[in-house]
Amino acid sequence: MREELLAIVEKNSRIDLKELAVILGVEEIDVVNELAALEAEGIICGYHTMIDWEKTSIEKVSALIEVRVTPQRGQGFDNIAERIYKYPEVTSVYLISGGYDLLVTLEGKSLKEISGFVSDKLSTLDSVLSTATHFILKKYKDHGTILARKYEDTREKVTP
Amino acid sequence: MKNPLSDKIVALKPSGIRKFFDIVSEMDDAISLGVGEPDFDTPWHIRDEGIYSLEKGRTFYTSNAGLKELKEEICNYLKRKQGVTYDPDQEVLVTVGGSEAIDIGLRAVLNPGDEVLIPQPSFVSYEPCALMAGGIPVIIELKAENEFRLTAEELENAITDKTKVLVLPFPNNPTGAIMERQDLEAIAEVIRRHDILVMSDEIYAELTYKEKHVSIVEIEGMQERTILINGFSKAYAMTGWRLGYACGPKEIIQQMIKIHQFAIMCAPTTSQYAAVEALRNGDNDVQEMRTAYNQRRRYLMNEFRQMNLECFEPFGAFYVFPCIKEFGMTSEQFAERFLAEEKVAVVPGSAFGDCGEGYLRISYAYSLDNLKLAIGKLADFVARLRAAKQ
Repeated sequence: MREELLAIVEKNSRIDLKELAVILGVEEIDVVNELAALEAEGIICGYHTMIDWEKTSIEKVSALIEVRVTPQRGQGFDNIAERIYKYPEVTSVYLISGGYDLLVTLEGKSLKEISGFVSDKLSTLDSVLSTATHFILKKYKDHGTILARKYEDTREKVTP
Repeated sequence: MKNPLSDKIVALKPSGIRKFFDIVSEMDDAISLGVGEPDFDTPWHIRDEGIYSLEKGRTFYTSNAGLKELKEEICNYLKRKQGVTYDPDQEVLVTVGGSEAIDIGLRAVLNPGDEVLIPQPSFVSYEPCALMAGGIPVIIELKAENEFRLTAEELENAITDKTKVLVLPFPNNPTGAIMERQDLEAIAEVIRRHDILVMSDEIYAELTYKEKHVSIVEIEGMQERTILINGFSKAYAMTGWRLGYACGPKEIIQQMIKIHQFAIMCAPTTSQYAAVEALRNGDNDVQEMRTAYNQRRRYLMNEFRQMNLECFEPFGAFYVFPCIKEFGMTSEQFAERFLAEEKVAVVPGSAFGDCGEGYLRISYAYSLDNLKLAIGKLADFVARLRAAKQ
């Protein structure tokens, strides 16, 4: 049940517990216990809401920043990653294989705010060798959800 | 002008679904639970393979029986899933949907006056196809108390010395019934003893929610007397691609290929390339869709329990078949009133044979949100009918 439960709440964390129990074919108390266990084990780390900010009047700018860094003895990349992820405007930090080391995603109010962060805070860190900033122009799909179009049922209404 | 029409075709009853379809399509705002096809899009990697085949200019006929690599993948699949072996060169035919296989399979085996046993409620095509092929349909009425399974006794009682072939439609549309191994073993004994053929329509084989599907060809002595029909429509959400297949004894398949080559030439080439990809890399997609269907099935069963609406628990396909006899209306009357008053379309059980009278086919090839909306309306409707009765 664990895998199926996770697959459901990953897509819809607001689902009613009773309904969750019905569609999983188990008792409600089992769902409650399993969710509690998943939270305690840190497997479920949070319940977020997907928002298409584009459709609001609130200005937001997101960027992906490729960062090349010098790893530190005994620490590898962990120390520098921590220094970066502690900034609240940073939304994610990934260690990446390939041409650069860290992929940092960032959300800000304006281009200026983001470029300010890169030039003043990120680039000036001792172990940062270089950065390349990519601004996101449009989100087509995010977290497995297609933002660009709405589902439409184009099937015939009654078929054998 | 002389009579321009074939008496045999004119005498065929039009499908009961067609009639209902015409009413529903007049209503723009109706929600439907009447669809017999998946709500999922064909998985993208399968569509992509179809598009790629077009880009590469693979736009010609394939050999009559189908692409060699597809026939091989079909055999691999049946080996993997059912543990049975077929020769891709002699015992497999790729058809235009499972429907074509039903038609030409019956045409290949029937002589005038041969009887075809058709358990009902079942898919609408068997009876007319049997008639068009010169056979005589003999209906076996399946019963709710057996969960709409076919029993050895029912089969035995229907067999005469004219019986040629039994159509075996499980997992079943419209009831959602399945046949488990012990059910199949019981009827296989009767089939062997009377030396009859089987046409096993297993188009919903991937959609079972108990044990994995068992095919009649897995039962001893049955593969050599069975035309196994399957396809891509339901398992891979590929209805519009029109692709199915038949496997069976060489002698029968070779005759089917003859009809197919004169009537059809070959199944659509683009679809065949896409189907190769489906069989090679589609297991996960099928698993995901099956999981989603199963969640919806549980949801519906729970709702019916809450409503106190009688319904056996089905373990196959994507249909439930609740009983509405308590309301003293025919299935058609119920469906028409439900549509008129609540704007929700369901298919009357009687569209699938007389013994479907008193039942409705409700499809769960819809998102949970959609189902909730429609089932809420069903609950209101049922409550209103019950209140009026008192």
